[in-house]
Amino acid sequence: MRTIDVREVEETVKKLAMEANYYVDPSVKEAFIKALKSEESELGREILNQMLENADLAAREKLPTCQDTGVAIVYVEVGQDVRLVGGNLYDAINRGVAKGYTEGYLRKSLVMDPLFNRKNTGDNTPAMIHVDIVPGDVFRLTFMAKGTGAENMSRLAMLTPADGVEGVKRFVLKTVAEAGPNACPPVVVGIGIGGTFDMVGWLAKKALLRPMGSRHPDPNYARLEMELLDELNKLGLGPQGLGGLSTALDVRIETAPCHIGALPVAVNLDCHAHRVRRVEL
Amino acid sequence: MKRLTPPLTDEVLEGLRAGDKVLITGRIYTARDAAHKRFIEALERGEPLPIDLRGQIIYYVGPTPARPGMIIGSAGPTTSLRMDKYMEPLLKAGLKATIGKGYRSWRVVELLKKYKAVYLVATGGVGALISKRIKSAKVVAYEDLGPEAVRELWVEDFPAIVANDIYGGDIFRDGVERWRRIDLKFEITRPG
Repeated sequence: MRTIDVREVEETVKKLAMEANYYVDPSVKEAFIKALKSEESELGREILNQMLENADLAAREKLPTCQDTGVAIVYVEVGQDVRLVGGNLYDAINRGVAKGYTEGYLRKSLVMDPLFNRKNTGDNTPAMIHVDIVPGDVFRLTFMAKGTGAENMSRLAMLTPADGVEGVKRFVLKTVAEAGPNACPPVVVGIGIGGTFDMVGWLAKKALLRPMGSRHPDPNYARLEMELLDELNKLGLGPQGLGGLSTALDVRIETAPCHIGALPVAVNLDCHAHRVRRVEL
Repeated sequence: MKRLTPPLTDEVLEGLRAGDKVLITGRIYTARDAAHKRFIEALERGEPLPIDLRGQIIYYVGPTPARPGMIIGSAGPTTSLRMDKYMEPLLKAGLKATIGKGYRSWRVVELLKKYKAVYLVATGGVGALISKRIKSAKVVAYEDLGPEAVRELWVEDFPAIVANDIYGGDIFRDGVERWRRIDLKFEITRPG
């Protein structure tokens, strides 16, 4: 039995919140550079260059790359042979978020009630926390700062089995096309297929948490990811939706078994800021 | 490259077309969701707005907190569509331009024609870069809203692109038409 003090989790979350917001991940920067090479729109290239310049400036001055420093998504994979001590795990994560966003001069963007009392909670808590129990004694923590521009343009559909692959492709293309400039393209597209209404949204988010360029283990889905990436980049949106060939930087699919009568699909969009960090304690 | 300094006159706006690049120098105001809600509530009660909007520019932004000694934190545009419901009363009050990111509803594109106002876009997701064009910032209303408070900014050479002009021009429609390389078997809709 391995013992982990949740205060270590707290400190880790705090650090990841700041780093995710100041430093563009090298894999994302590479995607910008790749897009720059294939982009034919002059304005599109100018915007991609601004994104690269912004990344350098943000890192140099420890300024958030984007003013929407997001809602904190925290995904914990904890081995069943791990014993957590020093307090409650969820509280520790939220303290980490509060410290990271306060001490790191990040924006506090959460309201305590969605409808009747939209008062800012003041420290960007609560985080959206997901926990999976996994074999062994690992403790993996994934942090994402999720901006709402792209989140608002995300969509979920309960398709039917008869809709098939074409139905899924059509729904993904339509979602990205209608999100247009509002999701801050070039976007990263997380797709969930299967499961149930509640699970498919989480699958789409989990797809966003995967590394850039990682492919689904099943070759059929890996091919679908590549086909969709190619077709999305023909939509014409381009950087910031002002026209061009760089509409999506990556497409990732997560799947789950589902009911004989169901074909749930969720498309969770992320903006080009794409702030994800993973660590193992 | 055209230069804009508020207050904006009809003559200046008549010279702008969707796709034009502009540099703004002067005083602009910030407001986003919560401040807009309060603007409209004030107007409905017959109270004056906390700022005189005649000829002015509103920048849709909620900046990150400034580090000690800095003017402002990261300060890029937010999605404009969310402010569409609040547009007409503000245009009536004399607002002449807004800066944000993303498209406006077709209804707002029509309102911009009707009231002779323009919609400008700044690059989303490069808030660190944009913050360098902001030379001063102070809260002038609704301080309790934190990042959503109304701020008066002094900007110099603030870069933006005309997305919607006073003639109904729309940069997003034009851009996609020019660059799309796929036949779609479905309609793409934009909110009314």
